[in-house]
Amino acid sequence: MGKQKPVISERRRFFTSVAHNAGLGVLGGLVWAGYADKAQSSPLTLRPPAALAEKEFLRTCIKCTLCAEACLNRPSNIDRETGRPRPATLKIAKANTNVTIGTPYFVAADVPCYMCDDIPCVPVCPTGALDIASVTNDKGELDYREMDMGLAVVDQNSCIAYWGIQCDACYRACPLLDEAIKLKYDRNDRTGKHAFLKPIVDMNVCTGCGLCEKACVTEKPSIFVHPREVALGRPGSHYVKGWDKKDQERVRDAKAIHTIDKRSEKKPVDYLNEGVSYD
Amino acid sequence: MTNMKYLLLRRITQITLLVLYFGANAYGWRMLSGTLSGSSVLGTIPLSDPFAVLQLLAAGAVLSFDVLLGAVIITLFYGIIGGRAFCSWVCPVNMVTDAAAWLRRKLYIDKIEHKVWVTRNLRYYMVVLALLVSFVSGLAAFEIISPITILNRGVIFGFGAGAGLLVAIFLFDLFVLKNGWCGHVCPLGGVHSLIGKYGLLEVEHNHDNCTLCMKCKDVCPEVQVLNMIGKRSEGVVKPECTNCGRCIDVCDDDALGFHLRNFLTK
Repeated sequence: MGKQKPVISERRRFFTSVAHNAGLGVLGGLVWAGYADKAQSSPLTLRPPAALAEKEFLRTCIKCTLCAEACLNRPSNIDRETGRPRPATLKIAKANTNVTIGTPYFVAADVPCYMCDDIPCVPVCPTGALDIASVTNDKGELDYREMDMGLAVVDQNSCIAYWGIQCDACYRACPLLDEAIKLKYDRNDRTGKHAFLKPIVDMNVCTGCGLCEKACVTEKPSIFVHPREVALGRPGSHYVKGWDKKDQERVRDAKAIHTIDKRSEKKPVDYLNEGVSYD
Repeated sequence: MTNMKYLLLRRITQITLLVLYFGANAYGWRMLSGTLSGSSVLGTIPLSDPFAVLQLLAAGAVLSFDVLLGAVIITLFYGIIGGRAFCSWVCPVNMVTDAAAWLRRKLYIDKIEHKVWVTRNLRYYMVVLALLVSFVSGLAAFEIISPITILNRGVIFGFGAGAGLLVAIFLFDLFVLKNGWCGHVCPLGGVHSLIGKYGLLEVEHNHDNCTLCMKCKDVCPEVQVLNMIGKRSEGVVKPECTNCGRCIDVCDDDALGFHLRNFLTK
């Protein structure tokens, strides 16, 4: 048993090198895919108007930034006094933020979406990540009412209008005045002679532009925009509104399910009382 | 004073493109807007990075016609010019890695430190890996780490933490691997090698004039493509040549020059 150099055949060399390269490939792929997983945006990210659902949006956006440039340079954004554009609504995500790098987003509390008539950010999208059809109405025109970036939510504990203090900042800031946010008049029982003017968001009208969040007077806005996925709950399909004809349609062909077993042969009164002694 | 004709022309092209992109956002210029991932010329002609488009498709995107047309235009453009003209004449990271390579020569790092060897085919594996990871993660995989677009967008919108990646690439090229990023790792360079393989423009070596000074090999970022220097008069045919023309600049003997490839007599 002396020190013998192992004989390395061509075949062994081949298989080792294949294993080596495959192993490095898997290693690299795992690290890369792990990073890609972490690089997804926070679920609170607000996307430009007409953006596809987040997952589809991320796989479709090529990060050309044309939407953000169109947003910045739209004629309506030019400050009349300085002749220069004001900060744009759409920002482009930088590295190490909680939005996927290079993709467009906006922060309503910084610069909300002003819901331009001509929606300049959407037609410039070359990939379809901003889907022009989703902001086109029945007449074939671009229509800001069709936008759906998110939904405004009121925190009734912090909103001072719900305390009885008169404030209608969000109501007046809303571009769809008295449609997306309505004021509900209630009697203030505490004073007995004042009214509450409570802002109520209509989820079917609100586009999530964020002008209300920007306008809110509380230290941290008490009305704020979240993507609908985050802002809304889901009752599930098994709840049916018995008073709603349209909702009733969903269960038109439903059949009642009757469980039949041995116990069903007797009436409930009988089998429940079975074996009970009253002595 | 060495000749810097092609070096200067390249820097002018690279910087002009960045200025146009910057101005498109900051001043609303219409000549060239967007980024190298996807641009629009005069607001009408779409251009897009064919590798980015491939990744989006691998990730499962259903794409509009514009971005596909843009990828075809870019592929044809660089396919006809030939070589990795994108890498040396357009890509802004080329300026970062060229600076690292220059400093590396000045510091004699290759003479002092151990050389690290990594296969130059790594970039092609990176292409495959990028497409696989895009497929699995549903996210264009190279586009989330690409220093090219980070630098490109950084000039337009500000760098943020992305500047760290560019410093990392500079240090990697300077201290870890000679011509590491552009010459070994970058999958976009790999894609452009494939696109420009049969293009028209190539560097041609005239053996009769060569004095074997080897200045060309000193500056070449893809040294293996100059394997004919001092041996045969022939064109650089390996697809990794970036057509940067630096070898032509430094040659004092008129032994190198750009030529149009002649497909008819070969």
